[in-house]
Amino acid sequence: MSDFWILLTGSLVAACCGILGVFLVLRKMAMIGDAISHSVMPGIVIAFLLSGSRDSLLMMFAALLFGLLTTFLIQMFQQSGIQADASIGVVFTALFAIGVVLVSLYARQVHLDQDAILYGEIAYVHWNLWVLGGINMGPKAVWLLGFTLLVITTVIGLFYKQFKLCAFDTALAAAIGIPVAFFHYLLMGLVSMATVSSFESVGAILVVGMLIIPASTAYLLTDRLGVMIGLSVAAGIASTFLGYGAAVVLDASIAGCMVCAASFLFVAAFLFSPSQGIIVKKLRLRQLA
Amino acid sequence: MSLNHTVATKDTKAEAPLAIHGLSVAYQKKPVLRNISFEVNEGELIGVIGPNGAGKSTLMKAALGLIPSIAGEVLVYGKPYKQQRKLIGYVPQRESVDWDFPTNALDVVLMGRYGHLGWFRRPGAKEKAIAMEALSKVGMSDYADRQISQLSGGQQQRVFLARALAQDAKLYFMDEPFAGVDAATEKAIITLLQELKLQGKTVIVVHHDLATVQDYFDSVLLLNVELQAYGPTAQTFTQEQLQRTYGGRLAFLDRSLQSPSIPDGKGE
Repeated sequence: MSDFWILLTGSLVAACCGILGVFLVLRKMAMIGDAISHSVMPGIVIAFLLSGSRDSLLMMFAALLFGLLTTFLIQMFQQSGIQADASIGVVFTALFAIGVVLVSLYARQVHLDQDAILYGEIAYVHWNLWVLGGINMGPKAVWLLGFTLLVITTVIGLFYKQFKLCAFDTALAAAIGIPVAFFHYLLMGLVSMATVSSFESVGAILVVGMLIIPASTAYLLTDRLGVMIGLSVAAGIASTFLGYGAAVVLDASIAGCMVCAASFLFVAAFLFSPSQGIIVKKLRLRQLA
Repeated sequence: MSLNHTVATKDTKAEAPLAIHGLSVAYQKKPVLRNISFEVNEGELIGVIGPNGAGKSTLMKAALGLIPSIAGEVLVYGKPYKQQRKLIGYVPQRESVDWDFPTNALDVVLMGRYGHLGWFRRPGAKEKAIAMEALSKVGMSDYADRQISQLSGGQQQRVFLARALAQDAKLYFMDEPFAGVDAATEKAIITLLQELKLQGKTVIVVHHDLATVQDYFDSVLLLNVELQAYGPTAQTFTQEQLQRTYGGRLAFLDRSLQSPSIPDGKGE
């Protein structure tokens, strides 16, 4: 049964991250995804310290606040003339460092260890169950990720055209009256949610991989946005299964193997994509010569 | 299914399509536009001319509310811009978007309909028909399904124009539509501008090529941070006014203004 829950958890992470990753990649904000996934950490720790429990909703709320704070700070520094990449680097490392300090200060009180935050503990996902009125409802992480996926698909589904136009042509979006800043923060809020729900399973570092790598793979394989989202989710889920298989065989970190598998799929697409793969391009050039 | 039906405008008939009063814009305290005021006439093609860094694109973006202005008022048919968005079409600079975006030509043109769809509606058959008609007006119907990165620069520009047509506006802002396009596209664009003018639409165009100004535009607006001159092309596009507008960049000007057709201003 543990296999099933691990694969389901991984697939839900892949779906949440795969959908949002497409918009991050297209808006050239991959590194903002990286930043958010790290800087939500102090939010999680503070929520932990305040409540003394691993109450998922409170943690989600705190992470959301810090995700939006990160987005806001990065924006503010950029607008006052700091280089874009430098302001991302400053904001997320500073917030992440605060998180590390908090964890090291209060580690004994909060049973939160740095390894779990950085690398996740998907292998134990079926031990942390949600029990409601004495009935075992299954792993908490699955419910949390399922709820997040529902929110993501609802929001993106309702405002698909707005997210699309904001990603392609912000100037036209603003000119026709789409509240560009609102949708920017909405996307960042969703990324924060996805990050914090994926946290316990795959950790802060590897969630970035699930946000960016499958979306980049999909980008190489299609030229339609809708198809790209589908392929991104598919590549993420395939990475989950391949990665888990490899982890079992090698007896290695599950989350690590999943992101390695995602990278492997990316390299395969990079080499063999029918439209953009470098091998195919070389062959075509040879035919022309 | 016509692109030509427009919003009822009886009450706005008397008002100028665009009236700007005392508009100033600054980036980090450095003034980019200073105290700009002008009104445009309905049904004219207006060229906005000036050296690099004169604030031509900024004027357009500030008028559209895309960047904040520190002073001034922008009225579209007598009302603030925000109430009149559906009357306005916008063609940003071609380089301002990523043409590797995963989408095709028809889809980009459909984006021109988003403003008419409200928050939740998605483009349907009616919008597709309008978009296809717009594509055929710029001679691009055969490329509807083409991924946009596979189009030439001129074709991409035409897709942008088709998108503006699909917006079905009365007042158009176009930021350098002629930049880097082939001769066929240039001709297609100017034909289209003339057609819009015949339909009573007003088009404001940021333009770089001084040699074609007299052929293309009814009025010109000469800009260099401040408004240098504005009026009918014949009286305004003169050697004297250009020298004033371009200032120290005359060496370049003298070469590009070999065209003997530009009046020296003294005979006017």
